Amino acid sequence: MSLLNVENLRVTFPTRQGPAEVVRGVSFTLGRERLGIVGESGSGKSQTGRAILGLTPHPGTATADRLEFDGIDLRGLSSRQWRGLRGKRMSMVMQDPKFSLNPVMAVGKQLMEVLRTHGASRAEARRAALEMLEAVQIRDPERVFRAYPHELSGGMGQRAMIAMMLVSAPDLLIADEPTSALDVTIQIEVLRILDRLVQERGMGLIFISHDLRLVSSFCDRVLVMYAGRVVEELRASDLSQARHPYTQGLLNCLPAIDGDRRPLPTLDRDASWAE
Amino acid sequence: MLDVKDLEVTFTRGVEQVHAVRGVSFRVEKGESYGIVGESGSGKSTVLRAICGLAPTSGGEISFDGNPLPVPRDAAFYRRVQMVFQDPYASLHPRHTVDSVLSEPLAIQGFDDREQRIERALEEVGLGQGFRFRYPHQLSGGQRQRVAVARALILEPEILLLDEPTSALDASIQAEVLNLLDRLRAERGLTYILVSHDLAVVSHMCERLLVMQHGQAVEELARDALRARAAQTDYTRRLLQASVGYSREDAA
Ligand SMILES: Nc1ncnc2c1ncn2[C@@H]1O[C@H](COP(=O)(O)OP(=O)(O)OP(=O)(O)O)[C@@H](O)[C@H]1O
Ligand SMILES: Nc1ncnc2c1ncn2[C@@H]1O[C@H](COP(=O)(O)OP(=O)(O)OP(=O)(O)O)[C@@H](O)[C@H]1O
Ligand SMILES: [Mg+2]
Ligand SMILES: [Mg+2]
Repeated sequence: MSLLNVENLRVTFPTRQGPAEVVRGVSFTLGRERLGIVGESGSGKSQTGRAILGLTPHPGTATADRLEFDGIDLRGLSSRQWRGLRGKRMSMVMQDPKFSLNPVMAVGKQLMEVLRTHGASRAEARRAALEMLEAVQIRDPERVFRAYPHELSGGMGQRAMIAMMLVSAPDLLIADEPTSALDVTIQIEVLRILDRLVQERGMGLIFISHDLRLVSSFCDRVLVMYAGRVVEELRASDLSQARHPYTQGLLNCLPAIDGDRRPLPTLDRDASWAE
Repeated sequence: MLDVKDLEVTFTRGVEQVHAVRGVSFRVEKGESYGIVGESGSGKSTVLRAICGLAPTSGGEISFDGNPLPVPRDAAFYRRVQMVFQDPYASLHPRHTVDSVLSEPLAIQGFDDREQRIERALEEVGLGQGFRFRYPHQLSGGQRQRVAVARALILEPEILLLDEPTSALDASIQAEVLNLLDRLRAERGLTYILVSHDLAVVSHMCERLLVMQHGQAVEELARDALRARAAQTDYTRRLLQASVGYSREDAA
C-alpha cells in the first residue's frame, strides 16, 4: 500500500483579478521512496507540499478528491488531529529556512523543544540536539546551538531546519529545496542522511528541487510541474529522455563548467503548455 | 576598481566572538565578473556585506577607485553599488508591495520615468505586471528572488554584489536571468561579484573566482584553470568532484 495518495489536488488564492488556481488537479502516489518534484518557478511545487500538510496559507483554499496518508483521510482533520501528525509523522522543510525558524529563540533550544515533545529528558535532548547539528556537518555545533537564526549563514540555517526534522524522524518528509544554499560537498552529506532514512527506516521523501543533476542522480521518480499541473512523470534516470517540451528544454538551458554558450538557450514557452 | 585587502570581520555577542572573515584579499577590475565559491559558513556573504558596510569589520581595508570607502557608506555609494541578498525573504519588507519595493529606491535616488522603469524591471526578470501589487508572502520563492534582482538592477548601479542570485530558480528562468546580467555587463560595463555554490554558474559568468573555506581565501583561479580542473588545494578538488552529482554508493 502506498504511503501517500493525492488525487485531483487544487489550491486557489483570491487575487485582484479574481480567484487564481495555482495547483490545478495534481495527482500522484508515494511509496517509501524518493520522489522528486521539479518545475518552473511559480508552478505550484511549494503550494502542493504545503497543501498535503494542511498548511495552505490564508486566504488560500485546498481541495482534493483524495488526500490520504497511511490510510488516514487528511481532508477535514481537526487541529488536534493535525497536531498528532504534523511535525511527528509528517514533516516539511520549508523553502525559506530562516522564515520557518523562530527568530527570537536560540537554535539549540528550538531543537531541544522538538526532542522534549518526543519525551527526551533535558540532558538527553541537549546531547541529541548537538549530535544532529554535527550530523548535518556544522563545524562548531556548540556555537550554533547557542546562536539565533539571524547569526547563521544561509546554508547553516538550512541545515538547522534539516536537523530539526531529523529529530522528529517522520514517516513522510517533504523537503522544499533543502540543499539549495549548500556547497556541493555538504550537499552530498545531507543527501546521504536523507537517503539512509528512506532505505533504512522506510521514510517516504518528496524532494522539491530545481537542480536537475541532483534530482536525476538522487531520486527514484520525478514529477515535472508546469503552471499548476504535473505535465510529466519519469524515472529519475530517464530525465534526459523527457517527452514534454518544457522538460526537454530545461536540460538544454543549464550552464556547464566546460560549456561556453552565450547567451544560454532559453525556452519559448508555448501557451498550450499552460492549458 | 574594488580592492579588498586583509579583510577581517568579527561578530561579538557578550563574551562570544565569531571570527567570520580572516584576512581575505582580492581585487576586481572595472567590467570584470568575479566569483566567490566555498564552504557553507565560510564567510562569502559576510565579505559582500562588509563591502556594503553591513558587517563589523575588525581589520583590513576596502577601497573603491583607489579611495577608502566612507564609514558609514553614503547615498552616493549605494547609487553605485547594489547588492542582491542571499535570503530574499529577509530583504523584502513584508508589508511592502512589489511596486513599493521597486519605486522607493527610485524616489530616494531621484530617478525620473519611474513608471516605465518599474514595468521594464519586472519584464526583464520574467514577472508580468500582475505581480506588481503583490506582497512578498504572495510570491513563490523564485519570484521573490527575481524581485530582489529587479530591485538591485533598477538603480542602474556600476557594481552589483550578487549573493546566490539564482539559487531558487529553475534552469529556464536561471538562464534568462544570467543572460540578462551578461547583456547588461556587455552594454553598460557593469562589474559583478557573484557568490554561488554552483560551479557551472560561476564558470559561465566569471573570469576569475576565489575559493573560500573557514573564513579564509584558499585559492584564486581563472576560468580556464577551473575548466581544466587545475585546482591547487584539496578543498577545491573536492568541490569539483562533488559537483558531478550524487551516487548511490554515497549512502553507504
Ligand atoms: N497568497 C497568494 N496569493 C496569490 N498567489 C499566490 C499566493 N501564494 C502563492 N501564490 C502563487 O502561487 C503560485 C505557485 O506558488 P509556489 O510557491 O507553489 O511555486 P513554486 O513552484 O514553489 O515556485 P518556486 O520554484 O519559485 O519556489 C505562484 O505563481 C505564486 O505567485
Ligand atoms: N550576525 C551574526 N552574528 C554572529 N555570527 C554571524 C553573524 N552573521 C554571520 N555569522 C557567522 O559568520 C560565519 C560566516 O557566515 P556567512 O553568512 O558569511 O557564510 P557563507 O559563506 O555566506 O555561507 P552560506 O554558503 O551557507 O551562505 C558563519 O559562521 C556565521 O554563523
Ligand atoms: Mg517554491
Ligand atoms: Mg551566504
